[in-house]
Amino acid sequence: MTPDSAAQLQKLGHVCVIESGAGQKAGFPDDAYRAAGVEVLADAAAVYAVADVLVKVRGPEKAEAEQLRNGQSLISFFWPAQNAELLDICKERGATVVAMDMVPRISRAQKMDALSSMANIAGYRAVIEAGNNFGRFFTGQVTAAGKIPPAKVLVVGAGVAGLAAIGTSVSLGAITYAFDVRPEVAEQIESMGAEFVFLEFEQAQDGAATGGYAAPSSPEFREKQLAKFRELAPEVDIVITTALIPGRPAPKLWTEDMVRMMKRGSVIVDLAAERGGNCDLTVPDQKIVTDNGVTIVGYTDFPSRMATQASTLYSTNIRHMLTDLTPKKDGVINHNMEDDVIRGATVTKDGAITWPPPPPKIQAIAAAKPKEKAKELTPEEKRAQEMAAFKAQTRSQVGLLVVGGALMLLVGYVAPASFISHFIVFVLSCFVGFQVIWNVSHSLHTPLMAVTNAISSIIIVGALLQIGSGSWLVIVLAALSVLMAGVNIFGGFMVTRRMLAMFQKS
Amino acid sequence: MEYGFTTAAYVVAAILFILSLGGLSGQESAKRAVWYGIAGMALAVAATLVGPGHSLWVLSVVLILAGGAAGWVVAQRVQMTEMPQLVAAMHSLVGLAAVLIGYNTHIELIRIGGMDEAARAALTGFAAVVAHKTGAEVAILRVETFLGVFIGAVTFTGSVIAFGKLAGKVDGKAKKLPGGHLLNATAAVVSLVLLVVYLQSGSTLALLGMTLAALFIGYHLIMGIGGADMPVVVSMLNSYSGWAAAAIGFSLSNDLLIVVGALVGSSGAILSYIMCKAMNRSFVSVILGGFGNTTGPAMEVTGEQIAIDAEGVAAALNDADSVIIVPGYGMAVAQAQQSVSELTRKLRAKGKTVRFAIHPVAGRLPGHMNVLLAEAKVPYDIVLEMDEINEDFPSTDVAIVIGSNDIVNPAAQEDPNSPIAGMPVLEVWKAKQVFVSKRGQGTGYSGIENPLFYKENTRMFYGDAKKSLDGLLPMID
Repeated sequence: MTPDSAAQLQKLGHVCVIESGAGQKAGFPDDAYRAAGVEVLADAAAVYAVADVLVKVRGPEKAEAEQLRNGQSLISFFWPAQNAELLDICKERGATVVAMDMVPRISRAQKMDALSSMANIAGYRAVIEAGNNFGRFFTGQVTAAGKIPPAKVLVVGAGVAGLAAIGTSVSLGAITYAFDVRPEVAEQIESMGAEFVFLEFEQAQDGAATGGYAAPSSPEFREKQLAKFRELAPEVDIVITTALIPGRPAPKLWTEDMVRMMKRGSVIVDLAAERGGNCDLTVPDQKIVTDNGVTIVGYTDFPSRMATQASTLYSTNIRHMLTDLTPKKDGVINHNMEDDVIRGATVTKDGAITWPPPPPKIQAIAAAKPKEKAKELTPEEKRAQEMAAFKAQTRSQVGLLVVGGALMLLVGYVAPASFISHFIVFVLSCFVGFQVIWNVSHSLHTPLMAVTNAISSIIIVGALLQIGSGSWLVIVLAALSVLMAGVNIFGGFMVTRRMLAMFQKS
Repeated sequence: MEYGFTTAAYVVAAILFILSLGGLSGQESAKRAVWYGIAGMALAVAATLVGPGHSLWVLSVVLILAGGAAGWVVAQRVQMTEMPQLVAAMHSLVGLAAVLIGYNTHIELIRIGGMDEAARAALTGFAAVVAHKTGAEVAILRVETFLGVFIGAVTFTGSVIAFGKLAGKVDGKAKKLPGGHLLNATAAVVSLVLLVVYLQSGSTLALLGMTLAALFIGYHLIMGIGGADMPVVVSMLNSYSGWAAAAIGFSLSNDLLIVVGALVGSSGAILSYIMCKAMNRSFVSVILGGFGNTTGPAMEVTGEQIAIDAEGVAAALNDADSVIIVPGYGMAVAQAQQSVSELTRKLRAKGKTVRFAIHPVAGRLPGHMNVLLAEAKVPYDIVLEMDEINEDFPSTDVAIVIGSNDIVNPAAQEDPNSPIAGMPVLEVWKAKQVFVSKRGQGTGYSGIENPLFYKENTRMFYGDAKKSLDGLLPMID
């Protein structure tokens, strides 16, 4: 909770309390909270005692879990898969636990996806840490003192953290390469300005089946991948590994021999250190330097190293979660288990373990559609196709001409000559009409309609011919027609002119 | 000698009309082309007035001027958003004139039928032409008259209904009497039977009966067609008014009428074809109303519609380099074209590329959007057709959809079960960001859900288009 988010929470009807000193390290002193209307309590125990909803970052310790009351809610990271024992304790205590790490990956829930928020920070910080330990510029420069080549950065795994790292590295000016087992992220990587390391391999993974996360790859694929990395290792200056597979130890992607192949002064930042590391030599929570001068950073607390930023993002995620939990904005928690997001994140409720959740009703990402490859046509095939199209066109044209001609002959056979002479005029004008109208620009279709309207009032000629008749009825009807056609002629032409005058070139 | 002069004048007039239509291929040449049309019309009317067999020319001139004055006033006052109504109203006049002239021919036929040889010889003008016809020619004349009246009557009521729907005086929704198209078919069959009767007897009753049937067909056919299909309807009626003129031309043995009728008829037919193609529907299915049946359940739309306020849109526009605006009927309804033009001017003044993408069936009249934008002083060279601009969406920063729905529906490409599957659409969703200005969360004319509104790069800018844009304008700097 930041003072800002506290104000937002109060708008939802909640009353906020905070443990004294909780925001200190993130740059939010107790006074700032007091100013925002938050009650600052002396210690954690006091908070546990009064709060209905507890919000934490890390999951509860055993002792903390035992302090939970029946009906109390806890919102924090929980990792239920790794913490079965804790889960049991919370269940026994009758508390409702919402695990921020279990928020399903659907677009509606992005605003409370704390994992992504933290990964984003980690990715950024990884590049900054690497730069801190790297003895050269990221960007290439030509200075009076000589030319400096740009640093080459390889990012392995293009998840949220990977993409954040790519973005940071590119904006610092390094030449950035990125690799991922999911070929569909190539586009995202390239959109960030990095180069996708392409691996020739069939039967690539479809990330959609696993909710947008990577899945373990086949041994053959792994071999190919490692071979590619070996090829790259001597070239790159900085390697940032972010490869994680949900619910498994991190895959070993950067082997000892690769580290040995790297240049002196190179840096490896292993964001997967907490789960064993992507690099063989990673020591969690420590920075080590190998015999050949390669620095390997294995910190696991990147978000904590940017406490203010992390707190701000996490508090926003929490606020969104609480907004969803209090739909009426009246300060009353409504734990709607029908809601995909809330259901997915809830791991215990009313004395029962509700983990793992059923699959969400909506797919996280639309399944990748099989790509239809347009067949490359050889010139011969192309020509054959064109020929065929030409032939078909000729055939249909000739067919139409034959049918039309036959009909004309038939009409000529039965109709009197005076009719035929008019009929010829009619057919020819239709033909001219079709040829002319096809060339009319689309944007002028409305003027075309107005002008054809005016022109079709040529029917006035018919009325004028009849107006001299002997019968009074004919004269009246013809006069009416003349009047109406007159309206049309002037109206039609006028409005066309008005419209056309409006069309102006820039 | 006199005949020769009139015919020569008609030839020149016909050529002028053809040039007038041909000149519409470009905006600049079109301005000249209108004058060709006016000259052609003046020549044709003048030649007829001084031509053989014409009397009462003072009355004629007075009537033309009176009608002309009315037409002039209407044309000066009409709003550009009301163009569809005006065009429909004008069609109805042509249709009615065709009916009246057809009846005149019929009356003359009867009158001449009762005359003896001497009286016939003394006739002048149109009556003389009729009098000299042989038996077979009279039969053909009857068919021509009958056809002219039929098409004219359908055009008349059809246009009146279309006018009512476009002007909002008649409910725009598709409505049918119980019995549906069976009623139309029955009326058509009745007309056909009456044609045979009329051919045999030349009875006035048969002609009257057919006229009623045709008037009904026109009414019922257009009542059954809904709002967004109006471009097709209006161009179809345009075509009919041409064919009616041609049929009358046949009955009067007047080549100029035939030529012009055929030109107008084919023009309307081509427009209808283009409109149908743009909706990926057959002409018959449009006329019969309603969309085709789906072959399976529609793809489920996932996600949520995310709203945005004017500040958000303004920020995105200020950052964007290239913008494409997709206007639709909603822009015309909200009278937002001036605001759109102002927005365009502001953005262009800042050096951004702003273009417009026009779908062929946007609006209620072919080319409706172009005219509205032209009225608001948007230069026509940044207003592009669908085929010209569709490939540019992926390289566009911001696409703004103003009051259009079905023409930007990605379901047409992505969902083979969608009722509009295969319809060519503007691929706005490929732009980096899409803003949709829309009154509420409703669906478009086709009544199907639009997945565009649920896409991740789409933000909904709710509210009346004109008000939203006016609110946006001061924030663009």
